[in-house]
Amino acid sequence: MGVEFIYPEFEVVRNSSRCIACRVCERQCANEVHSYDPDERVMLSDESKCVNCQRCVSLCPTRALKIVKSDCTFRENANWQSDTIKEIYKQANSGGVLLSSMGNPKMLPVYWDKILINASQVTNPSIDPLREPMETRVFLGKKPRSIERDEGGKIKNNLTPQLELSMPVMFSAMSYGSISYNAHKSLAEAATRLGICYNTGEGGLHEDFYVYGPNTIVQVASGRFGVFADYLDAGAAIEIKMGQGAKPGIGGHLPGKKIVGDVSRTRMIPEGSDAISPAPHHDIYSIEDLRQLVYSLKEATQYKKPVIVKVAAVHNIAAIASGIARSGADIIAIDGFRGGTGAAPTRIRDNVGIPIELALAACDRRLREEGIRNDVSLVVGGSIRSASDVIKAVALGADACYVATAALLALGCHLCRTCHTGNCNWGIATQRPELVKRLNPETGAERLYNLMTAWRHEIKELMGGMGINSIEALRGNRLMLRGVNMTEKELEILGISHAGE
Amino acid sequence: MQKEGQIRIPSGCAISAVISKSGKRMSGEKIVSSMVPVHDRSNGLGGGFAAYGIYPEHRDFYALHVFFDDDVCRADCENYLRERFEIVDAEVLPTRTMREITDEPVIWRYFVYPRRTRLRALQVDEREYVVRVVMKINSTLKGAYVFSSGKNMGVFKAVGYPEDVGRYYRLEEYEGYSWTAHGRYPTNTPGWWGGAHPFALLDYSIVHNGEISSYDANRRFIEMFGYRCTLQTDTEVITYIIDYLVRRQGMTYEEAAHVIAAPFWDTISHREPEERERLTYLRTVFSSLLVTGPFSIVLGFEGGLMALNDRLKLRSMVTGHSEDGDRVYIASEEASIRKMDEDATGIYAPAGGEPVIVKVKEGRRAAVGEY
Repeated sequence: MGVEFIYPEFEVVRNSSRCIACRVCERQCANEVHSYDPDERVMLSDESKCVNCQRCVSLCPTRALKIVKSDCTFRENANWQSDTIKEIYKQANSGGVLLSSMGNPKMLPVYWDKILINASQVTNPSIDPLREPMETRVFLGKKPRSIERDEGGKIKNNLTPQLELSMPVMFSAMSYGSISYNAHKSLAEAATRLGICYNTGEGGLHEDFYVYGPNTIVQVASGRFGVFADYLDAGAAIEIKMGQGAKPGIGGHLPGKKIVGDVSRTRMIPEGSDAISPAPHHDIYSIEDLRQLVYSLKEATQYKKPVIVKVAAVHNIAAIASGIARSGADIIAIDGFRGGTGAAPTRIRDNVGIPIELALAACDRRLREEGIRNDVSLVVGGSIRSASDVIKAVALGADACYVATAALLALGCHLCRTCHTGNCNWGIATQRPELVKRLNPETGAERLYNLMTAWRHEIKELMGGMGINSIEALRGNRLMLRGVNMTEKELEILGISHAGE
Repeated sequence: MQKEGQIRIPSGCAISAVISKSGKRMSGEKIVSSMVPVHDRSNGLGGGFAAYGIYPEHRDFYALHVFFDDDVCRADCENYLRERFEIVDAEVLPTRTMREITDEPVIWRYFVYPRRTRLRALQVDEREYVVRVVMKINSTLKGAYVFSSGKNMGVFKAVGYPEDVGRYYRLEEYEGYSWTAHGRYPTNTPGWWGGAHPFALLDYSIVHNGEISSYDANRRFIEMFGYRCTLQTDTEVITYIIDYLVRRQGMTYEEAAHVIAAPFWDTISHREPEERERLTYLRTVFSSLLVTGPFSIVLGFEGGLMALNDRLKLRSMVTGHSEDGDRVYIASEEASIRKMDEDATGIYAPAGGEPVIVKVKEGRRAAVGEY
């Protein structure tokens, strides 16, 4: 105590008239907030350890618990807000880089919320998805520039491999290691049932999950963990991860204590060794090097799989996308600055990168201006939160969306943003067996299936309202969008009109 | 208030068409009369006709019909044209002065062919060359608008009711083997002649009834290939799609129809394997050219017509033929067909997405009917 003391962020409020001292909260809290005093026969709390994950609140049988934000505050100061002050104290205490998890929580513009969607009235009928077909199927990948015919005049199938999805949404990359076996299994199972894909992240593919291969995107990142021939062959597509929205420009670090058992085997590195992904790929220092990796992977898989290149949305993203489109990649995935992560330096997460809405609009336009939009598909993530975000992304020009945070929420995540501690009480971002088993993969898959099914219904309703009965007729259809509360420049970049225009 | 081209104006409409499979030429009188019973499907803000086979004496030259704001614009445009084309003939398009049609632009007709040196320098074929010049004039030359650019065919359109527009252009004096007609019901007052239908490029002309919901997706895709949608109308974008698929990709009209009004995935899945693969291919590769929302169109081209409804058939459209089978009729309402031929028979409502293709001489049909 003393100068290094920081008053806890949360308070545990226990209603003593309801508490039966059943000690469920104590057993459920991996952070050891709750304890039992046998002498007084009461539950005690050490709120300094609380991360507000809501696990105890959700499981308390008598609803005796709630977690509230502490009202112990510093003197108000618009410039020196309490988070800033606390971060200074932490750094003065430790001398270290601040770490955070999940996406950027700052009050920066969410353009999705400034964009409104059209509907048909009078001149054009809306379509009822309960009565008429409403199609959400998409094919991701390069499309040939012209048709070819055989001697008999029949059109030849000169289409390169495509990724077929029943709806324009996929689960984006989260590695085995950063999340648990059960979380991965939930994602894989749900993706298979839904006819979409999930993504291994850069932690390799657990041997139990090869069976989900047709619905798996296998990732090749700068650490190359778990990459070998069978792995590449297993997936429906291969993703080269160049960057991530939560931490553009830097690599990753999975601490050695998480490299245990299956994680070690799947990543193909010794137990207890830190898994460090370098900031760049050390064989890619420029665009021509990327082209070589794209074709190396295609060679290794006999040109049977589309290759995705994933990049973080950064300032000159349109030019980067154009370069990638010419590198032989079939799909470009762009991750916005709100994208989540299992761990990232706070300063980077909160200050590097640009909003996905603007990046998407700029890339789609640039690729069209260059006449190469059909050479690649565009997938966007970071962050897509709902069916209406999906609709807006597609109308801005995306072929499909990546969702991860929303998927984790479906699995029970309460966005406490402390994944980097490895103590996830919901069994998601942890490798501790007693915590992992809290997530039942059957239940997890069911909840993910429900979430996406609900989104699909909503997507269909929104499309029907616009008089559109196939998702491809929405792609890039920016007339279906209007903006509110935006400057001329923002509207210009998004390529949409203001509401009322 | 913004004019058409500065803002997108949706509209409803009436269409009709007739073609003689033996290539017998008919005067414009009948097609003009077909618009009378569907008067209420228009609101006086646009009407027009396309006629094929009307310039046999100039069949080897591109017939350009051009609107000018005034004679200064015309002089500028003619200079521009002269640099790119040999002009074989130039004249004021004959019209009739009448109370129902006012605010006329200056309307001229030119018969031209491309200057060979320019053509060679650009390394494109003749038709592509014409397309580029037309696009350039329409998107950059102030006060000049080329609304017809095919060989041995012509478009005649104006602000007004279609039956008045037909008389205005003296269509009874022309003879063609194929005619299409359009009456327009825009939901705004464009007051501009270029916005009327048919919309044409080379010998492709489109009359269209509907409002497509895929407009901006289609527009932004097709503009990758050098087309400029200056009018912001559905009809314009559909015309460019047809030009792109048929002329530049070399598709048949039926294949183009399977892109524009692609069958539902569920339908495709029930087809024979080879057909399934073909339809899946077309839908996948050209997915951005799928047109959704209500439409019925008649596409005119050299030697034929194609009628097509949207996939859900959200707009009325019927076909029929003369008793001797020579003439095929297409219209928004049967009344228009009856007006052209009261003994017309074989009245049929094509299903959504089912193309009806009629060609002169061969008299073949694509998917339906005994034409």
